[in-house]
Amino acid sequence: MASYLRPTELSHALSALADGNLTVIAGATDYYPAQVGRHDPHDILDISAIEALSKITHDDDHWRIGAMATWRDVIEADLPACFDGLKAAAVQVGGAQIQNTATVAGNLCNASPAADAVPPLLSLDARVVLEAKSGVRERPLGEFIQGNRRTALETGQLLTAIKVPRALEGGRSGFIKLGARSYLVISIVMVAGLVVLDESGLVRQINLSIGACSEVAQRLPALEADLLGKPLDQQLSAGIVAPRHFAQLRPLDDHRGTAAYRLDACETLTKRLLAELAA
Amino acid sequence: MSDDRVEMSFHLNGARREARLRPMARLSETLRDEFGYTSVKVGCDAGDCGACTVLLDGRQVCACLVPTARMDGAMVVSADGLAANGFLSRVQEAFLRHGAVQCGACIPGMLSAATEIAAAHAHPTRQQVRDGLGGVLCRCTGYQNIVDAVMDAGRDPDPWETPIGGAVGARLPRTDGVAKVDGSAIFGADGIPGDALWLRAVRSPHMAAKISIGDLAPLHERHPGLVKVLTAADIPGNKCYGIYPDLKDQPVFALDQVRFRGEAVLALVGERAALDAIPDDEVPITYAVLAPIVGLDAALETGARQIHEDKPDNILIAAALRRGEGDPSNCAHAASGDWRTSYVEHAYIEPEAGYAQRRGDRLEIHVTTQTPYMDRDEVALIMDLASEYVHIVPTVCGGGFGGKLDQSVQPMLALAAWLLDRPVACVFHRPESMMVTTKRHPARISARFGCDVDGRLCAAVMTADFDTGAYASWGPTVAGRVPVHGGGPYYWPNVAIDARAIFSNGPSCGAFRGFGVPQVALAHEALMDDLAARVGMDALEFRHLNALRAGNRTATGQLLAASAGLDQCLDALRPHWQAAQNQVRRHNAGGPIRRLGVGLGCMWYGCGNTGLSNPSQIRVTLSAAGRVTLYNGAVDIGQGSYTIMRQICADALGIGVDQIEQVTGDTDLTPDAGKTSASRQTYVTGRATELAGLDLRRQILRLANAEENAAITLTAGTLVVGETEVTLSRLEADGNGAVLVGNGVFDPPATALDANGQGEPYGTYAFAAQMALVEVDMELGTTKVIKIIAAHDVGKAINPTLVEGQIHGGIAQGLGLALMEEYLPGKTDNLHDYLIPTVGDMPEIEVILVEDPDPNGPQGAKGVGEPGLVPTAPAILAAIKSATGVGMHRVPATPDRLRAGILAREAAQ
Ligand SMILES: Cc1cc2nc3c(=O)[nH]c(=O)nc-3n(C[C@H](O)[C@H](O)[C@H](O)COP(=O)(O)OP(=O)(O)OC[C@H]3O[C@@H](n4cnc5c(N)ncnc54)[C@H](O)[C@@H]3O)c2cc1C
Ligand code: FES
Ligand code: FES
Repeated sequence: MASYLRPTELSHALSALADGNLTVIAGATDYYPAQVGRHDPHDILDISAIEALSKITHDDDHWRIGAMATWRDVIEADLPACFDGLKAAAVQVGGAQIQNTATVAGNLCNASPAADAVPPLLSLDARVVLEAKSGVRERPLGEFIQGNRRTALETGQLLTAIKVPRALEGGRSGFIKLGARSYLVISIVMVAGLVVLDESGLVRQINLSIGACSEVAQRLPALEADLLGKPLDQQLSAGIVAPRHFAQLRPLDDHRGTAAYRLDACETLTKRLLAELAA
Repeated sequence: MSDDRVEMSFHLNGARREARLRPMARLSETLRDEFGYTSVKVGCDAGDCGACTVLLDGRQVCACLVPTARMDGAMVVSADGLAANGFLSRVQEAFLRHGAVQCGACIPGMLSAATEIAAAHAHPTRQQVRDGLGGVLCRCTGYQNIVDAVMDAGRDPDPWETPIGGAVGARLPRTDGVAKVDGSAIFGADGIPGDALWLRAVRSPHMAAKISIGDLAPLHERHPGLVKVLTAADIPGNKCYGIYPDLKDQPVFALDQVRFRGEAVLALVGERAALDAIPDDEVPITYAVLAPIVGLDAALETGARQIHEDKPDNILIAAALRRGEGDPSNCAHAASGDWRTSYVEHAYIEPEAGYAQRRGDRLEIHVTTQTPYMDRDEVALIMDLASEYVHIVPTVCGGGFGGKLDQSVQPMLALAAWLLDRPVACVFHRPESMMVTTKRHPARISARFGCDVDGRLCAAVMTADFDTGAYASWGPTVAGRVPVHGGGPYYWPNVAIDARAIFSNGPSCGAFRGFGVPQVALAHEALMDDLAARVGMDALEFRHLNALRAGNRTATGQLLAASAGLDQCLDALRPHWQAAQNQVRRHNAGGPIRRLGVGLGCMWYGCGNTGLSNPSQIRVTLSAAGRVTLYNGAVDIGQGSYTIMRQICADALGIGVDQIEQVTGDTDLTPDAGKTSASRQTYVTGRATELAGLDLRRQILRLANAEENAAITLTAGTLVVGETEVTLSRLEADGNGAVLVGNGVFDPPATALDANGQGEPYGTYAFAAQMALVEVDMELGTTKVIKIIAAHDVGKAINPTLVEGQIHGGIAQGLGLALMEEYLPGKTDNLHDYLIPTVGDMPEIEVILVEDPDPNGPQGAKGVGEPGLVPTAPAILAAIKSATGVGMHRVPATPDRLRAGILAREAAQ
């Protein structure tokens, strides 16, 4: 018979994970839908009662989004402007019920190509904290997610927090989601961006990411390079964006949209995002 | 899932409780099964519908996604717990006041979400309300009245007033409203006895295959909780069912082959947990897979495999209409085009559910259904019983739209309960419901219309093929309706229309709000716009000029004697149309990226069955105690027939609505009022109700020898007619305690159509014109519908709030058809991938009711169930064309399709 554990201490959770092959649930919003019409009992580790995982905090260098922080927590947290993109993603995830229960960390671990947290967090140079009984590791988000539903999470590891460097706090950020209806919709394409300007208003750093157009959401290094050192001006940046900047994307042809449409929309959304960031 | 129970303590619906519960059971399951809080509806178990929404520590959550363990130390409130001390909450009252409730399946979830909004904002904005309700789907209401209710929930409820003599036309709250807001209404899955066995069908994963069933003994050995495996061999009577007496082609369990993905091969009956533990691949079924026939082209190809032995060329039915000899090609102006539509899923929030029980030599089936009498007769044939031995008790029906007119759980449950003599229950899960039940027919339509130099329509030619899928279902009805309605609500001297329904190995297509008419309306309305442009006339004036009017003959040669109000609907739209066109012109002047567009859609719709008798009977009784009871078999699937029949009956009798008690749809208790479909209940059963009320009134007047307009006053045990008191207890009562019985029967005047489609297929027609204002993002191909103004000729609005609700809901489904709904077998078998409109997709809707009375309808009323949907998609597509110049010939007009159209047009220019 399947077991169920709901520890209140992180150390208990890590010991249990070290001992057995457990399925972790956080908000469980990806877990339960996968069980419809199936009967395949899992041994469950429910991390929802671990107080230490639920907070959004910061120290001198980093913001820390705990593994049990929900989308709602992100919406309601008092965060600097560089998180506006993540907040914009949060208010568009599912409906209010999903926002109230689903976690940002769960969204990363589930590793869907259309996971809405990934592009904004890639743009925030986020790292994930992976804890096991044997120790703590950190990885950049871009390395953590390896493919459709594949992550670098090893047996015994729990993702305990998402870290964002405070150095980006001065940046402006944004997020645009394209879906076929409002609320409760999986993205056809989404773009996220963060820009830091220098004193003279030129682009010092720009991080742009696109989701749902490849197995894993991607940054747009070529476009970022082309925008660096330029003034962030609506006309100019729109003039720079070109199809070649998206050449590395491999969007799917599926019932949500054709591949050609997705590529076309990438360009439009990126231009719009740049305009938004410039405004 | 873990079965070890854990001790928990929590606050549930106002009470402190402690219990040992299964920690990983979904909270929805626990609230329903352990605590009996069946207001928590299960529409998907996947977070997609929001029907299970409850408040957990004051926050809305989908109970189907919450482990029960999280109740520990928490506070949980479901809709069952919103009323306090016998008083509804303000939010619940507001729902009743605003007509926010139809079938009710989404309502408990909506109320939970609304309660969270009300707690956070005393005066929420529309946007705040939308954000709060965005995660709860409603398939019935179009959301508008729900949003209005939530915005108005701060107000104290007013006392209801029930006018005497003026019940018809009054905005009375629903008769079944309170039970639907306090959570006590019993839907298909809610009343299942605790000792019931469960049934699960094992279904084909293949679209076409020969099947054989192996030795079942090992399965029984491995799973002691498995009580019986039912196969076709167990069926005593008809092994197949179907809507038409001569087309019973769909096996309860596959005989030797399966013809669509999801066809039931056998059913497992046993303890619920035991059934859950049997994976399908343990069941010894061998499939010899055949190449499936997918789509119209494959089905019609010469030499294509014949899907049914007795149906050559895979043609289920072909119907034609011929009137006049004229040809559009010889007209001064002609326009033509081809259109394609997709499978559309009903997506009612309540999946199929029910239970059956044997009572001696009778069968009793509690089921969510639109058609208890047809269920009774069909089950009787399958079980080889006389009809009287089958008793159908319809539960509250959580939405139907045509999808609950076919058999789903009924035959399997009947067979199991009969053989095992135990109550047996079955509830479809969402993917099963979507995979197995009927769909709207995908259509391929070619049409050519012509008019003269002055813009008078001359000739129409249309061919329409419908993919009817594996079994006949209501396919013939589509072919019946399409020729009649294909030319649209216009006067045509010459018409040639051919319609066919074609078998394939797709899902069976059946009845869905409009039976093929919404599909052809896309064609006739687009061609009307094209012709208007060719003639150089305004699109509205062109329609007005050609509108069918009283005194015209229709394409079937039927003389419309009265009640054809399309011209009045267009008159009502005209000022809005002109204003919207100016708005569009102004807005689009600078060539913005987000363009506005405005378009029109018109329709007509015959109420009742096509060219067939479809009578309804109603009985109204007066008891010795002075109580009036209406025996109403017109099943209320959310549209409001339990409310309006009381209104009609009250006015016919001349008493207050409150004084009419009601016994509703039950095949043992109520006379046959036919099925709830074809927009027939208000018109047909409504008329029967009026006649029954008048009949009873006549008898009462006779008792008192009173004149015709004498007032009737009923108080406990006494009846005063005019000035005369009649003591009822002196009269002899029948077996049901009735001293007087009023009967009403109405069968709409209709005649069968001849070989040329000529005849009088319907007793009356509803008419409508809608206008859509949309905004299209030219770069992304996304369409936002901003406003819809809907002018509907309903004859007489018995209850304007309910009529508007039907129109709002029809518009929501029309919007879905136009923009997002496309069922792809195997790919969109859930409400995550199959998109229906959410509260955020709905435009502002303004309904204009036109009342051109029908001489046969109750106080002039006609149907409105389907008409709300038909003109919406054409109006939206026309608006898209007005915005972009792109005529979309394929629905849904998804962003990628529309963007491709915009790019192609830009390239061509
Ligand atoms: C109706 C609906 C709408 C949705 N809409 C959206 C949407 O708009 N955008 C979007 O991106 N997603 C959407 N989702 C998906 C889902 O809600 C998100 O992915 C969510 O953020 C997942 O979080 P969770 O806490 O519920 O994850 P869970 O279901 O608890 O877990 C998800 C996966 O991650 C693993 N996991 C979770 N936490 C950890 C951890 N700390 N360490 C290790 N492994 C872990 C679990 O084992 C599981 O495999 C939707 C889902 C539903 C049901
Ligand atoms: S049943 Fe929970 S969201 Fe549908
Ligand atoms: S009333 Fe909302 S689904 Fe029926």
